[in-house]
Amino acid sequence: MPEGKSAAPTHGAKGRPIRVLIAKPGLDGHDRGAKVVARALRDAGMEVIYAGLRQTPEDIVGAAMEEDVDLIGLSILSGAHNVLIPRVLALLKARKASDIVVFAGGIIPDEDAARLKKLGVKAVFGPGASLEHIIETARGLAAKRAARA
Amino acid sequence: MRAPRAAARRPAPPGATGSKSGLGPVAKRIQAGDRRALARLISDVEAGRPEARSVLRELYPRTGRAPIIGVTGPLGVGKSSLINELIQLLRSKGKKVGVIAVDPSSPFSGGAVLGDRIRIERDPDDTGVFFRSMASRGHAGGVSQSTRDAIRLLEAFGMDVVIVETVGSGQVDVEIHQIATTRVVVVVPHLGDEVQTLKAGLFEIADVFVVNKSELPGAERAAKDLRELASLSVARDGWTPRVVPTSVVERRGTEDLWQAILDHEEALHQSGAGERARRERAEQELRELLLERIERMAREELADDTAWTSLLDGVVARETDPYTAADRAFHELRRRL
Repeated sequence: MPEGKSAAPTHGAKGRPIRVLIAKPGLDGHDRGAKVVARALRDAGMEVIYAGLRQTPEDIVGAAMEEDVDLIGLSILSGAHNVLIPRVLALLKARKASDIVVFAGGIIPDEDAARLKKLGVKAVFGPGASLEHIIETARGLAAKRAARA
Repeated sequence: MRAPRAAARRPAPPGATGSKSGLGPVAKRIQAGDRRALARLISDVEAGRPEARSVLRELYPRTGRAPIIGVTGPLGVGKSSLINELIQLLRSKGKKVGVIAVDPSSPFSGGAVLGDRIRIERDPDDTGVFFRSMASRGHAGGVSQSTRDAIRLLEAFGMDVVIVETVGSGQVDVEIHQIATTRVVVVVPHLGDEVQTLKAGLFEIADVFVVNKSELPGAERAAKDLRELASLSVARDGWTPRVVPTSVVERRGTEDLWQAILDHEEALHQSGAGERARRERAEQELRELLLERIERMAREELADDTAWTSLLDGVVARETDPYTAADRAFHELRRRL
């Protein structure tokens, strides 16, 4: 279990707990990583909406808006990240919800990660990323978003 | 909607906001079906933000008509899957459905994993469903003022039915009792012998019992036991709890469940019990809100208060007993406030 350094505030926009949607877009059944991250973020004091497997970008964006999350974490190990993630970003934009921050994790080559970041993904975590690093990054992203609001 | 966050250390005094005529801009957006505005307002309600209260004041007169269905039961009995079936059924009947799924917050980290959406299959373009996960944020019974308010927002948004899902172990608080118009308690076969159902708690609140996973062996026995129990219990206002077997995997029983819910709503209406229950719920809410204010007032008054500190010192040193100290503090508070 990660330590979660309780000194750092875990609050997102409007002083509430950070809310994160964790989802696996596309046809990819490997959800161990997403579950581990969901649990780590929970232990760090966040409210994690776990949307689970085989979600379409439309499902994900709809859920993120209904749940009023600060962050969306997309886990992809299928190699379809170059298609699915831009689709999520485009839908967020089309629905005027680009204030919701997107990060990604999985098997995403560096070149692709750079390209996705250019499109608006705020962080990409590879297989070696520590939970501590993911938690701190998520907190930082949520704090920045809260400051913008 | 996006006020500076530092502003709200104390809630605004009542009557400080609110428009004179009709609805304010946020309330209008809710009534016009703006999903994002609704989602954000539910967050504000959850955070207890004073701006949300002014919108709730405006919308309150327009709420209170939709059936509120509380679905509760132990972990893993299939509440979310059953709710998914209900959603599909209600959508096929043209009814709009709001769902609030409450899951527990960790008492250690304050965090939560809200996983009820996984079971919900839906067309992402269907605007007739609004599903929101809520963490209990320290309310033991799973529901709280923010649930009440979120229900109202869903109704004002145009939902015909609101479903509230909570986890209930059957042996602890049963707050859903104070919110729902029809309470559905979900169990599965082999949850325990009938002595479990005699224990106080969950089973006393059921208007409808669902024996879910009724494709499993033992389902008939479980239903029979519950029916016996229901027939033995004193009928509340002419309603004897209904027992409905359902099976999500075999897709059966959902229609019966909905019928039982409708029958109960109708019975409430016929017997006048619904009106009494409405009054009880209103009184309960009013009392809670008032007590919360009184408690906050007392806390603020006593914080860093020398008389309070010396009383506390006396209790710690065993010079004063806590009853005497509380008496003195009470009289002092009453004098001051």
